[in-house]
Amino acid sequence: MDFVPQTARGLLSLSRQWRGRVAPSWADAIAFLLLAGGAVLVIRGAEGMIAPLSRLHIAPVTLDPANLPGYALRTTLRMFAALGASLVFTFVVATLAAKSRRAGMVIVPALDILQSVPILGFLTFTVTFFMGLFPASQLGVELAAIFAIFTSQAWNMAFSFYQSLRSVPNDLEEVADSFALSPWRRFIRLDLPFATPALVWNAMMSMSGGWFFVVASEAISVGDTRIMLPGIGSYLALAIDRQDFVSVGWAVAAMAVVILLYDQFVFRPVVVWADRFRFEQTASAHRPRSWAYDLFRRTRLLPVIFAPLTALGQALMTLDRRVAQRARREPTERSDVGRWLWLALVAGAVGWAVWLIAGYVAHNLSAGDVLRAFGLGVITMVRVLVLIALASLIWVPIGVWIGLRPRWAERLQPVAQFLAAFPANVLFPFAVIAIVHWHLNPDIWLSPLMVLGTQWYILFNVIAGASAIPNDLREAAGMFGVRRWQWWRSLAIPGIFPYYVTGALTASGGSWNASIVAELVMWGNQKLTATGLGAYIAQATADGDFPRVTLGIAVMSIFVIGFNRLLWRPLYAYADRRLRLG
Amino acid sequence: MATLARLPAAAPLVTVAGVRHHYGKSTGDLLVLDNVDLTLNEGEVVGLLGRSGSGKSTLLRSIAGLIAPSEGEIRFEPQLDGSAPSVSMVFQTFALFPWLTVLQNVELGLEAQRVPAEERRTRALAAIDLIGLDGFENAYPKELSGGMRQRVGLARAIVVNPSLLLMDEPFSALDVLTAETLRTDLLDLWSEGRMPIKSILIVTHNIEEAVLMCDRILVFASNPGRIAAEIKVDLPQPRDRLDPAFRALVEDIYARMTARTVAQPARDGLFPGTGISMVLPVVSTNALAGLIEEVDATPFDGRAAMADLSDQLQLEIDDLFPMAETLQLMRFADLSGGDLLLTPAARRYAQADTDARKAIFAQALVQHVPLAQHIRRILDERPSHTAPARRFRDELEDHMSPDYADETLRAVTHWCRYAELFAYDEDADEFSLDNPI
Repeated sequence: MDFVPQTARGLLSLSRQWRGRVAPSWADAIAFLLLAGGAVLVIRGAEGMIAPLSRLHIAPVTLDPANLPGYALRTTLRMFAALGASLVFTFVVATLAAKSRRAGMVIVPALDILQSVPILGFLTFTVTFFMGLFPASQLGVELAAIFAIFTSQAWNMAFSFYQSLRSVPNDLEEVADSFALSPWRRFIRLDLPFATPALVWNAMMSMSGGWFFVVASEAISVGDTRIMLPGIGSYLALAIDRQDFVSVGWAVAAMAVVILLYDQFVFRPVVVWADRFRFEQTASAHRPRSWAYDLFRRTRLLPVIFAPLTALGQALMTLDRRVAQRARREPTERSDVGRWLWLALVAGAVGWAVWLIAGYVAHNLSAGDVLRAFGLGVITMVRVLVLIALASLIWVPIGVWIGLRPRWAERLQPVAQFLAAFPANVLFPFAVIAIVHWHLNPDIWLSPLMVLGTQWYILFNVIAGASAIPNDLREAAGMFGVRRWQWWRSLAIPGIFPYYVTGALTASGGSWNASIVAELVMWGNQKLTATGLGAYIAQATADGDFPRVTLGIAVMSIFVIGFNRLLWRPLYAYADRRLRLG
Repeated sequence: MATLARLPAAAPLVTVAGVRHHYGKSTGDLLVLDNVDLTLNEGEVVGLLGRSGSGKSTLLRSIAGLIAPSEGEIRFEPQLDGSAPSVSMVFQTFALFPWLTVLQNVELGLEAQRVPAEERRTRALAAIDLIGLDGFENAYPKELSGGMRQRVGLARAIVVNPSLLLMDEPFSALDVLTAETLRTDLLDLWSEGRMPIKSILIVTHNIEEAVLMCDRILVFASNPGRIAAEIKVDLPQPRDRLDPAFRALVEDIYARMTARTVAQPARDGLFPGTGISMVLPVVSTNALAGLIEEVDATPFDGRAAMADLSDQLQLEIDDLFPMAETLQLMRFADLSGGDLLLTPAARRYAQADTDARKAIFAQALVQHVPLAQHIRRILDERPSHTAPARRFRDELEDHMSPDYADETLRAVTHWCRYAELFAYDEDADEFSLDNPI
């Protein structure tokens, strides 16, 4: 599970240990059992995936809690399959964008837009396609679900990887050049390790985003057909259909357990492992820890289990047989003609796409529809703004309070991250029951659902910002008796601002996305709707009204991108220019 | 001399002929290297000495094959066995891969050459042993001190058996003591012939370091970068910094570096460009005031040798020269023969109080720094007494690269703010005559 150099070391230490004492330790036993158990689970889950579609009719999803572990397994496998696909996509596309100027010209803006666009609406288009690919098998639907999760994960990972590749330190590039490392070796030795910490962080964020989609993507209805893949999402959808309050609780509990498990067994160890790739010249005082990682490291059997992977890595390295040649950098002479041709080609393709979309929408919809969509967009925008402001008012003081107390920060930071990873749409039914029970106005009371899951980004970023405020500044403020509002204005707010902007940006993007599921909520046959663009898209999706889905997504994309460009980016640039400490 | 004793005849290793290099596409852009010729022979340590921006690093990277020069040729003379000499490089920033251990870092170059694993390990361990890092094979760079990291950098460079070792200011990121130890160790290894290297080319801006280590020093002049002088160092190794001959050589190099060449017309200081298009360095007014006070006081009493100043103030020539030349530009000092001589204006400045100092500084700016004069005049002429800074930056960019334009404008802004010639508002990016209160 390491890049090749590490494995060589592992084997070396292994042989040393074999010579010493052959008996495996208790840690070996635990690690072996965990791994073996994991392998069995993966195989069982995968068997289910390729079962024929008709099995879904014979053994439909039921609300029996005994089935939940199995459902949770299937859902988790889908998540990791999508994560794997996202990684492959990231390595190929982001590398291409970073190494080729021409490809980058198209890929980078595309990624930038895709990572801020509500993907949820695309679901309708893809299901039809994948089902056509594997007509009688569950595999088609599975792939559609995995693809839906993939579309929520891939873009920010690819974008982060691209940015890392572009910021590889110049002196390390020169070392690679002067030793004439081949492209493959350069990728393994330099690019990949350098990009790993940011990629791991983004993968974790993607997983959180993915949970949100799992719930929506397992119970797929296209027009009249409704297919329910075995999984937590379907279980929850069924519980909502039947208005089964207890089953919703079971689903929430299962979800919490799954998130806790993969956080402890997968992401914590990976974060600890990735820490070594952080580009810093001094060891940081605060290192991430993970008991699972320590356990795996203590084992002696582990290198044996990973031997096939090691061998594969080494085989790949030796495949690269090109004789080392000192490649002299040629003066980069790019032909202007080629560049213009490429530009013209891209412009042509973009123009054609615009023409196509406009034609499609114009054929099916009138100007009134467009206006109406924009009007609804404004309503949703007001909701997002108000809610982010409210969430900030609540969480900024709390976050600062926690951040300034290292003991609390250390304990509560993981909790905030866990809450951010928890798919808030699972909790929607509770809100619906409350609204129905007290006859509240859905236009107002459905709104908080939009920030239910995303407010935590504000919280944990503010905690991080407040803990980063240098102690000497706090001491200086204390010595001069800076208090109350002046303390906030001159110390706390400037100190956390860059972090706050990051958190608020993520939260606002997530809220736009969440509006699609939060503005239209079902509880059995009761339907609650808040007027807004999200409900518009959700309704159009349910009706199978493709032109309106397209229009709704396009309008929402315009709002989200406009929001990012006109509000968050300038704030970010300001924070970077003025408020960066040190 | 130990190095000459090793080899009977000086066989050429690398020949650099007529190398020119400029950044940017059109030929009107910044010329970094102009017509550089040089031959590196076997058995010698050659120093490239010059200030930052004199193109010495560019030349080094051209020889390393990291940059292709715009014109000219870099020829590697075939060796007796017919192979071309190989090069490897030691970096100022160490450039170690933080995710690889010491051993893996050292093995990197061998791995690229497809050396089998066992041989790789043996050779890397030998290099680590040679360089004195035994016991740290499995440490990560972040666990090591700066000096030890540079030792790893050195081991990584010599393990591939290069004929020519290129060193880019290898000791300038280290503290004085560590740097000295490393220099001595390197010289010992070299003179004892324990490294497989045939020649060393070292880039430095530290004059004493160059005199201490090199058999031959090439002094670079800036704008455009070219070889201004070649100095043979015949002092026997190991050299003693306190030796009068050593001191004399250091002083001599200072004199050469402050001398105006005959071909150069007498103009304002040594900065490239004329009038408002002069490229100026950002030098703090505090540092300028400090330098004036230092030279004004005993023991210098208005006249100081640059070498002594560098010693006394612990300043590298990269810091000292821009300060001295800024003083010269403003007619606060005269540089000649390696000495810095304060003018009467500067001596008045040294004795004055804060307000009088500002007045003297303002007068010097208006009289001798054309850009300061230009900005002030435009602010005076305009009814609003404001002008966007962008306008001047664009004007400067007609004559120099954007980076230089930015730096020049920042320098002048800093000086004029101190002298209260005009004010600058960063948010609006605007100059004005208002006195911000």
